[in-house]
This record gives sequence, C-alpha cells and structure tokens, in this order.
Amino acid sequence: MTALPYVVAAWLFVAGLYGVVTSRNLIHQIICLSVVQSSTYVLLLAIGFRTGGAAPVFADISTRRPAVDPVVQALCLTDVVVGATVSALLLAIAVQVHKHTGTLDPENLREQLLE
Amino acid sequence: MTLRIRRVVFLMAGGVLAILLLWGFGGLPTFGHYRGPYGDILNRVSVPERHVTDVVTAVNFDYRGVDTMGEEFIFFAAVLGVAIILRAQRDERRGHVEDYATGRAVPPTSDAVRVLGLGLTPPTVLFSIYIVVHGHLTPGGGFQGGVILATGVLLIYLAGEFDDLHGLYTETTLERVEAIGGGGYVTIGLLGLIAGSAFLDNVLPLGSTGKVFSAGTVPVINVLVGLEIAAGFILLLTVFLHQTLVLRSTRPRSALTEARRRNRR
Repeated sequence: MTALPYVVAAWLFVAGLYGVVTSRNLIHQIICLSVVQSSTYVLLLAIGFRTGGAAPVFADISTRRPAVDPVVQALCLTDVVVGATVSALLLAIAVQVHKHTGTLDPENLREQLLE
Repeated sequence: MTLRIRRVVFLMAGGVLAILLLWGFGGLPTFGHYRGPYGDILNRVSVPERHVTDVVTAVNFDYRGVDTMGEEFIFFAAVLGVAIILRAQRDERRGHVEDYATGRAVPPTSDAVRVLGLGLTPPTVLFSIYIVVHGHLTPGGGFQGGVILATGVLLIYLAGEFDDLHGLYTETTLERVEAIGGGGYVTIGLLGLIAGSAFLDNVLPLGSTGKVFSAGTVPVINVLVGLEIAAGFILLLTVFLHQTLVLRSTRPRSALTEARRRNRR
C-alpha cells in the first residue's frame, strides 16, 4: 500500500490526458486538464509526507515534534493558483470560440478552419 | 486524424508514459519516509527566526517570497488576459441585464434562497478576513482568504440579481485594489533594500510569537495578496457574468444559425 499515492498520481495524470486527447467538447477538455493538474497535487503532497508527522503548523505543538515537509505544501499552493488562472483563461477563450463559430467540438472547429 | 486513430495513438503513447511515470516514481523515497533536509530545517528555524507558526506561510511569503511575487503577477496577468479576451467585441453592444432564461416563465427567487444567501454573506466575509490576518499563525493566508471573500460576492449574486452587485463596486475600483495589492508587494520588497538588506528581507519588527501583529512583513504581504486575489476573482466573476447577462450580439441571427446547422451535419 505504500506505493498507492504514487499510483494514484500516475493514474490521474494519464486518465486526464486521455480525456484531453479524446474530448469532443472544449469545456470538458479544460476540466480534463484540471484532472491532469490535480495529479501534481497528489504527487507533491505524497513526497513530503512522513508517517505520524504533524502538520507544519506550530501554533500549539512543539517545534521539536516531527512534521511533514512545508516546502511541497507551499509549492502545492502555487500549483493551485496557477491551475485556477489557466482554467479561467482557457474558459474565456472557449466562450469566444463558441460565440464566433457556434460550436465547442474540436472536430467541427477543424472542419470550419479547413473550409 | 479520426477519433479512432487518435485513441489508438494515445493508448500506445500513454502506455509508455505510464510505465515511465511508475519507473520514475520508483526512485522516490518510500511513501511516509520523508528524507529532507529542507523541510526539517524550515520546520525548526521558522518559529525562532521569523516568529511564524504556520511554516507553509513562512515559506511562501518570506523564505521563498520572490517566487510568490512572481506567482502573484502570473495571477495578475491572467486576470488581465481574461478581461481582454472577454471584452465587448466589435459586433457586440451592452444590452439590458437578462439574468434568467428567455422564453419561459421564471419563478421569483424564493425567500429561503434569499435569506440563506444573504445570511451566509456576512459570515463568509468575516471568515475570509480571519483567514487572511491569521495566515502566519494558523493554516490560511492571502490566497485562500481572497478566494473566500470573492465567494461572498458570488453569494450575493446567487441570492439576488445581477443588479444587486452594481452598488457594491465598479470594475475600476476592483482594478485599483488589484494594482494596490500587486504594487504593495513590490513596495514591501523594496523596504528591505532601503533598510540596507536584500529585496523582500523581513525588516519589520517581529513582535512576540503567536500574536496577530507579529512576524514582520509576513502579515502585511498576506493582506496585500488577499486584496489582490479577492479583487482579481471578483473581476473574473464580473467579466464572465457580463458575457452571458449583458453583452448582446448585433450580428444577424442567420449567420450563427447557419454555423450551427453546419455543425450538426
């Protein structure tokens, strides 16, 4: 069971990628990208985890108490912020694409470009 | 490339990728056995050195403050990008606000939704302020609190109507608050240089550990980031709401219908 978090991270990454590749709807595709990104949260937190370790908040516990790694948690925060901004930008583009072409299907978009 | 071929190509490439991923993960330390050393060092020094009890915040706004500044500007640029992409196009004009589906009877907002939404707004706003100002003591900080504050505004919209938001803020106010948040971060960084130390060095008095007014520049930066994130997210909400509720196309209806007809083929 010790490998489970890493397996979950790999699974989320590849499953999300499958969604991005085969998606027939831009909104769905953007959400699949979020799934890919969520694998990085799992991976980062798994790397910094220590069995029995406390959260790295020493408001009410001694600093001598073993705690999990705060660096990867800080990185995770960055990751979440960047993920939110990427989704916002892509959704904005999807709105304009739908307005100009009347479709969200990448296949139809390609046909319209080829015409 | 048809969907079928694409799927086959992906399954082959994805299979190889999955194997490589698992192989790479195999070289990582076993789950639950963190090896350090940086996390352990930071956990030990952050309270005595910076009087910050939430080490994640200490990393974000002090030890790694320059990176977080870059992150804040990524957010700033993205909000700007969304606002530019979703600006009124040449063939669009601002119409009357229509925040309901046209062509069918719409029941009035029920009292239950109104009371719940408006009743939840003040606690949400209060909670967001709490999360921001206690960022250096307990889990939380400017990023988290800012998003919660934006949720409070969204609750007002959900409980009422789009017009209810008009009295609260203008887009110019939001842009100014966002600019203050971004510029303030850099200014705090420059304080370090003025004091003869490094950029973003923690030069303000550290106070006593565990108090709200302690930890030097960390809570100040937290508040600035909170302002920026809250203003940015409210701006995002407003811009997206404008798209559906306010902007109307002046393009002849037939062009769009024609495009839709072609897509169904």
